[in-house]
Amino acid sequence: MKVKNVVIAGLGGQGVLKASDILADAAFRAGFDVKKSELHGMSQRGGSVSSDVRYGEGLLSPMVPPGEADVLVVLEETQVEINRPTLRAGGVLIGPDVIAPESLKNKKSLNVALLGAASTVLDIADEHWIAAMHANLAEKLHTLNEQAFEIGREAARARAA
Amino acid sequence: MTVERLLLSGDDAVALAALHAGVRLGTGYPGTPSTEILETFDQLGGRAQWSPNEKVALEVGIGSAFAGARTIVTMKHVGLNVAADALFTAAYTDVEGGLLVISADDPGMASSQNEQDNRHYARAAALPMLEPSDSQQAYDFTWLGLELSERWKIPVILRLTTRICHAKTVVRPRPALQTLPEPSFKRDVPARVMIPAYAKPAHLRLRQKLAEIAAWNEAEGPFEIHEGDATLGIIATGIGAMHAREAAPGASHLSFGLTYPLPIERLRAFADRVERLVVIEEGDPVLVDALRAVGLPAEGKPEMYRFGELNVERVRRILANDTSPEAVPPKGKPPELCPGCSHRGVFETLRDLDCIVSGDIGCYTLGVLPPFSAMDTCVCMGASIGVGLGLRHVLPEEQARRVVSVIGDSTFVHSGLTGLAEMVYNPPPTGHLVLILDNGTTAMTGQQEHPGTGRLLDHSATNLLNFEETARAMGVQNVHVIDTTSLKDDSLRDLITDLLARNETSLIVTRQPCVLAAPKIRLYEKANAEQRAATCSADLVD
Repeated sequence: MKVKNVVIAGLGGQGVLKASDILADAAFRAGFDVKKSELHGMSQRGGSVSSDVRYGEGLLSPMVPPGEADVLVVLEETQVEINRPTLRAGGVLIGPDVIAPESLKNKKSLNVALLGAASTVLDIADEHWIAAMHANLAEKLHTLNEQAFEIGREAARARAA
Repeated sequence: MTVERLLLSGDDAVALAALHAGVRLGTGYPGTPSTEILETFDQLGGRAQWSPNEKVALEVGIGSAFAGARTIVTMKHVGLNVAADALFTAAYTDVEGGLLVISADDPGMASSQNEQDNRHYARAAALPMLEPSDSQQAYDFTWLGLELSERWKIPVILRLTTRICHAKTVVRPRPALQTLPEPSFKRDVPARVMIPAYAKPAHLRLRQKLAEIAAWNEAEGPFEIHEGDATLGIIATGIGAMHAREAAPGASHLSFGLTYPLPIERLRAFADRVERLVVIEEGDPVLVDALRAVGLPAEGKPEMYRFGELNVERVRRILANDTSPEAVPPKGKPPELCPGCSHRGVFETLRDLDCIVSGDIGCYTLGVLPPFSAMDTCVCMGASIGVGLGLRHVLPEEQARRVVSVIGDSTFVHSGLTGLAEMVYNPPPTGHLVLILDNGTTAMTGQQEHPGTGRLLDHSATNLLNFEETARAMGVQNVHVIDTTSLKDDSLRDLITDLLARNETSLIVTRQPCVLAAPKIRLYEKANAEQRAATCSADLVD
């Protein structure tokens, strides 16, 4: 399979890095070669954060070259335009407006809900998504996040339909 | 046989390799992007500890290696400046156990005050340097570095960069060592006591070691060639090798791991086979200059690419010799002091009093930004006190009286203690005021412990370094502690105003836990109290 490029972006504290860990882990469990790159440090202080996940065959650089992302997931409306240059022509943008704010029990699960939306255009089987969520989130949050993932997936499908 | 397949960051790969290779002690000071190495090593069951600063960490590491134990010492790039004094002489000494000094450079300054290129240290200190280009090599080179260190009894530098430390790639580990030599002290004074009589032959020995390591690098050092079109040959190291292979898939590529001392003859053989030879390296023109110095017709990158990180697109531009202005990415949101941060009130007070603020390295450096705009200088860890004193010494009195030094708790232990000694020893005519903003953690790098928290790397209890008692014992004339948790009145403002008017040395410790760390700190304290209670009752039963 040719390399799939995904960029996840948002603000510090929103769970950008957690979401990219889950995606990278799911692709890894699906048997792909995976590279994931991020910048953190001052990101806890509310600044812009983004993370690149690449999977498939013949991976080299861990960073998605500008203008080559197949999928761009953005957790914060103000960060959409800032990150749009990473998206390739015809690439898929998944912004926070995919999810109706009242549909999530806990706003902190927005990162996982948007992953659910992204999963509709990423070729990774359900079992790997579930296993990756379980491996990267505290046990007491599993049900909540599985629900959020499903809500995101349904929302994306409804929008595409 | 199937080999275990793991998805690891470079930092985690180094930690796992350290565990597998039998490292008995890991020391360091937290600094992005190196911090996770020791934290992971601890979680995996290794023995890891934070030191007050990188120089002390390296000194402890040298002692451990003298005793025959495999040792790693971790730090970010600027940390190697702090450790450099010990490093340069450790190069002369013979180590028994492998000593791997890990420097994590931050090209592009994701969270640093400069983008220095620590490859210069390998040449300056005359130490072998390994540079991995992904997590697998980070794992493999940790083993290799320890082995080379023991074979030639020399410290080895493992240079990582941000995109190695924090990128996750697939790693296949090797079986862990089952038996290790027991540490024990063997006296070898000429190899360890660097008085001139012993240091002179030690320098000759060092150069001999390097010559042997260079010969080993020529014959069997880590080396990778991807044959391609002979019209373009690219020599690259570290993460640059990955970018280069993606940017020019049809070209001939050479990458190698031991980047000091260089395997010149192998590089020359490659150069002879290609028409155009380009060097792809992040940061300074270290490699290209070295190749040109031995007469290889190597092409470097235009000066504009010295700054910031490389990526695939920039490498394409370098190969095309494209120096047209790069697209400026839209500005992201800069970081800011957290809502509810304990430092906010202090910076508001300093701003309102129109202080000249000599600042330091940590979260609180964000006090420079609006709405506070209350920081005037920031150079390196611990510099706030010295720089503040310098300002006080020479400014006209009315300005000198407005100078305040501001330093965080972890930074104070790192290199503020000697600044305080300087203040007591050489007080300016108007005295001076130092503020320690104590938020009970090393907040900037992700809430690590330090000697002022009274907890070890794994958050268990240990002795506490008390700042105010230390300052009093050192002879600071006025020492005050203010709990800013519920600071609504003008007491901090009044106290600062009063102290600035005196010609005396003063310290105010403002104390309030970091809002992000406070919940965890409460858990650690509770666990430690229960542990102490259990130990006490066990003693009574005994």
